[in-house]
Amino acid sequence: MGKTLFEKIWEKHIVKQVDGGPSVLYIDKHFIHEVTSPQAFTGLNKRGIKVFRPTQTVATADHNVPTLNQHLPIKEELSRLQVEALIKNCAEHGVELYGLGHPFQGIVHVIGPELGITQPGMTIVCGDSHTSTHGAFGAIAFGIGTSEVEMVLATQCVMQSKPKLMRINIEGELNKAVVSKDIILYIISKISASGATGHFVEYSGSAIRSLSMEARMTICNMSIEMGARGGMIAPDETTFNYIKGKMFAPQGAEWEQKLNYWKTLYSDGDALFDKELFIDAAEIEPMITYGTNPGMGIGVTQKIPTVETINENDKSGLQKSLTYMGLQEGAPIKGQKIDYVFIGSCTNSRIEDLRMVASFVKGKKKANGVEVWIVPGSKQVEKQAVEEGIDKILADAGFQLRQPGCSACLGMNEDKIPAGKYCISTSNRNFEGRQGAGARTLLASPLTAAAAAITGVVTDVRELLN
Amino acid sequence: MRAIKNIKSCFVPLPIENVDTDQIIPARFLKATTKDGFGKNLFRDWRYENNDESKPKKGFVLNNPAYKGSILVAEKNFGCGSSREHAAWAILDYGFHAVVSSFFADIFKNNALNNGVLPVQVSEGFLQKIFAQEADAELAIDLEKQKITICNTGEEEAFEINAYKKTCLLNGYDDIDFLLSIKEDIEKFELVKTY
Repeated sequence: MGKTLFEKIWEKHIVKQVDGGPSVLYIDKHFIHEVTSPQAFTGLNKRGIKVFRPTQTVATADHNVPTLNQHLPIKEELSRLQVEALIKNCAEHGVELYGLGHPFQGIVHVIGPELGITQPGMTIVCGDSHTSTHGAFGAIAFGIGTSEVEMVLATQCVMQSKPKLMRINIEGELNKAVVSKDIILYIISKISASGATGHFVEYSGSAIRSLSMEARMTICNMSIEMGARGGMIAPDETTFNYIKGKMFAPQGAEWEQKLNYWKTLYSDGDALFDKELFIDAAEIEPMITYGTNPGMGIGVTQKIPTVETINENDKSGLQKSLTYMGLQEGAPIKGQKIDYVFIGSCTNSRIEDLRMVASFVKGKKKANGVEVWIVPGSKQVEKQAVEEGIDKILADAGFQLRQPGCSACLGMNEDKIPAGKYCISTSNRNFEGRQGAGARTLLASPLTAAAAAITGVVTDVRELLN
Repeated sequence: MRAIKNIKSCFVPLPIENVDTDQIIPARFLKATTKDGFGKNLFRDWRYENNDESKPKKGFVLNNPAYKGSILVAEKNFGCGSSREHAAWAILDYGFHAVVSSFFADIFKNNALNNGVLPVQVSEGFLQKIFAQEADAELAIDLEKQKITICNTGEEEAFEINAYKKTCLLNGYDDIDFLLSIKEDIEKFELVKTY
């Protein structure tokens, strides 16, 4: 019997199988950031041990950094101490740090791929649930807790039970103005915020094949939002072309050797999955969420479900969600007034996202009373945006281009949405209070978010396109 | 890590589905560099009006003195969302030693196990039987026998946990101790890996 993409990689990384328990899984690349690593370093220091393989860990500061005036000392004391702890820990343990001010600094899941650190066939972990992003390259990538960060620092391994495997096939051509964010919001709305719990998901089909690497990353990024341990896509020419020439990509003879290996990384025709779903790309329209988990999404032209029409998974939580959101059962979502627009996060802050927004808003102005924050995923994305003149287009539209970080996706820094305000956001979570206590989040694609910025209300972006 | 054998206690019911880790411990409290003191901010925005500790929300169960004990019982998909281990630290620091639900998000489950908080997965039917109990009802969790009992009625259900993790919890062993003990195997693996 054939093997799945997941199994081909998983099996090569098993150091040891524990009787009646998990596998000891070897980790090729480990990303760390300031929020979930300090306690892990404290653990190492208590044990009197050093990082086992320091060259296999890369650090950046992203979750808790300001997105304005990054050249100045961080004002908020606890945030500053946390970033300083990262600097000290990396220096003491010989870990490469792309901290504030470094030309490679940025959101951990943006910089790994753009530097060529993320490669097919790898195992990649980080103390962040959106580590699933790196699966877009055909890697096994997943989020871990701080105890596991400590394990990887100490031994380059984690202990994991093999997950079940699910494949989601999306075939056909995408409709106009439907982008990868809409695909993943659609999938989650179909299977719910817990529909893939216990599984690792492989995305396949012609609609996935046609996507760029950045678009694929958006899809894999949100795998966790349906409970999946991770998501992955088999590498192909699009993947290889993306990686080639990147700073840490293999070169010369090593490139050829790796490429030959990477080309073997796909699910065999007779490989078996525990669960398989089929989706027609033509069914998908621009999506938006109305509730307080990412599975509560609808097409932008649809009405908010009622207790009678909603799927079983969200039935009991509907009223609580809508009360929090200040929305009504059965009402249209289109036309809902918004106060803030946030375009950023590890889901949608890459150069293609910024290009998509810029090409749409060129020559347009934001609506009065709407605050628009564009937070690039990395210093490199920011630099590219300036080189392409995207910064000027955004400024002319009244959008504020900030500096790289996780920002209002989780509101750890000062970028918070005030209580009761509506924010259309390209991030990944619409949980209560996620963007600030009392903040009301509507998840959407960069295109749908940009359209709302122009009109001041939830808008079907197709109506504004020629 | 602290060891767990048996837990017998009243329970705190939280009949809400998809409780995410942003609710368990909001991001603004993740700025600490130690594992201590997160309990006071457990479910912070569900507990207090406008983030004000002098204004507890009357309807929230942690503010109801009738409910106490070291077992938290929640609806399905508990601990979804962010991988923040601070959620497990907050639950432990508040005084919970076990969480019962009809299923847990994967990362939370690992984080709980790595901190000596026992995630007990029960059937939806059994979960509803627990929710139907009075405020002072007790639950008994026997890790050795992998069994949870509603003390008043004697109704019981078996729960799953893998044998390795069970040994760790019963003895207070960490995964990291185990991994450090097989470091030679890891070094050998690095020399022979085939990719």
